[in-house]
Amino acid sequence: MILEATGLRKRYGDATVLDGVDLAVAEGSVLALLGPNGAGKTTTVRILGTLTRPDGGSARIAGFDVVTQPRQVREVIALTGQYAAVDAQQTGRENLTMIGRLLRLGRAGAAARSTELLERFALTDAADRRVVTWSGGMRRRLDLAMSLVAAPRLLFLDEPTTGLDPASRATMWDAVGELVRGGTTVLLTTQYLEEADRLADRIVLIDGGRVAAEGSADELKARVGGDRLELTFRDPAARERAAAVTAGVVDHDVLTIPTDGSAAELHHILDALRAAGAEPDRVTSHRPTLDDVFMGLTSRTLASTGSTR
Amino acid sequence: MSATMTMVGRSVRLTRRNVDTMIMSVVLPLLMMALYVYVFGGAIDTGTAYVTYVVPGTILLCAGYGAASTAMAVADDMNSGMIDRLRSMPVQASAVLTGHVAATVARNAVATTVVVLAALVMGFRPSASPLDWLLAAGLVLLYVLALSWLAAGLGAVARSVESASALSFVMLFLPYLSSAFVPTDTMPAVLRAIGDNQPVTPIIETVRGLLTGTPIGSAGWIGPVWAVGLLAVSFVFAVWCYRRRTRR
Repeated sequence: MILEATGLRKRYGDATVLDGVDLAVAEGSVLALLGPNGAGKTTTVRILGTLTRPDGGSARIAGFDVVTQPRQVREVIALTGQYAAVDAQQTGRENLTMIGRLLRLGRAGAAARSTELLERFALTDAADRRVVTWSGGMRRRLDLAMSLVAAPRLLFLDEPTTGLDPASRATMWDAVGELVRGGTTVLLTTQYLEEADRLADRIVLIDGGRVAAEGSADELKARVGGDRLELTFRDPAARERAAAVTAGVVDHDVLTIPTDGSAAELHHILDALRAAGAEPDRVTSHRPTLDDVFMGLTSRTLASTGSTR
Repeated sequence: MSATMTMVGRSVRLTRRNVDTMIMSVVLPLLMMALYVYVFGGAIDTGTAYVTYVVPGTILLCAGYGAASTAMAVADDMNSGMIDRLRSMPVQASAVLTGHVAATVARNAVATTVVVLAALVMGFRPSASPLDWLLAAGLVLLYVLALSWLAAGLGAVARSVESASALSFVMLFLPYLSSAFVPTDTMPAVLRAIGDNQPVTPIIETVRGLLTGTPIGSAGWIGPVWAVGLLAVSFVFAVWCYRRRTRR
């Protein structure tokens, strides 16, 4: 485990932001902290990124304690915050070179690393224009590139695609995917199910400063029930016959049958229905979404929850 | 040290490219000086050509405008995520403040030069020897450094660029309550007491004496003592503000 955190607690005044969060991230994997605004995602990242001190609990990154050994932790990590931390009045290349110089790569080393990262993030054409003229998607990519100058072992991405259009979001996902294939460990926060589903090996659902559930996307979905088939019939009598020969339940004229999601079982059910003379008009297959998971575990939807941080 | 040099380079680059900052720190004091010389100056009797009287005050006014920009630049870094990026890196993140202060000094050197050249065109006739110029420049540098660190501290605690701008109002206001634009003995007693005993007046009187040969008197030591004292207090204040803001 490159990151292990136990019992992280944080209060701001009367508000308990984190109420005992445990996390573990294996080297080379991607963990998504998924939760609504105000769940405690950013506070968790700030504690792990050595920016905020927890009131309770502890966390070690690459064996170093985030509270007592911040200097060593900072050699291992990089953090990309919620808002692109780039200088609009510097060019893309100047922004990257500045970070390289701060990291003591030397003049030539910083220049070479900048050129390499600009190439990798498809920013070469705009490299020598001031960032103020760049699009939001390009700024986010530069922001990510600036976090990679030191080639960190563990990268924190706080809501990497919030506010981006779908095309820029897809480009960003590709960039993160490539990074992970290169061996970087990533901890990202997101309020988008699709993002967690697509990028993460493991997902930690966080709500009200507590871990509500964790596992792979499939494991989480399995917790709220498996796949199901929904069948509609033109003939109500056929629907009754179908309900009698399967384990289905009729609700609002629709017959719902739980399945394991396999083609074989689908085949088996349709054969049984034909044999019973109860062929359906339409068959649709449903997989549970992470939103179902979130609703099942917290009686709330991700989209309907409020407040920031 | 290399982190500091990198951040100084950054701040100088940003300041050069920021049109608002350049206008605020160079053009505004020039306009003020022109306003005082050509609009109010004719009605103010200072015993010399008014432009000659007003140059030292304008130079200190420059420092105030320059520092107001500094407070805003620091507040921007503290609130935009730049400071979080630097603090999560294995570098001395406070170098960001040093960078802004150094850029302020550079910006003020340009502004002061422009003001002095413009004043010469307007009829300013200094009587200073090279040593006098050097001493005056040194005193102004101390004052600029003091205001810059004060501004950096205010910027570090400000929760937004707008509030940083509001907080730095005092720095712009102090020169008006001094002997910058009119001799303090023309003011009502209360204002005169304030004007004579606040730091800007003895600093201005010392600079004025060095450049134009007016009697300096006790201002010759009170001014520099104020400047050094202000610098020490401002620096400690800035460090305290930064630590407070970035306390984990």
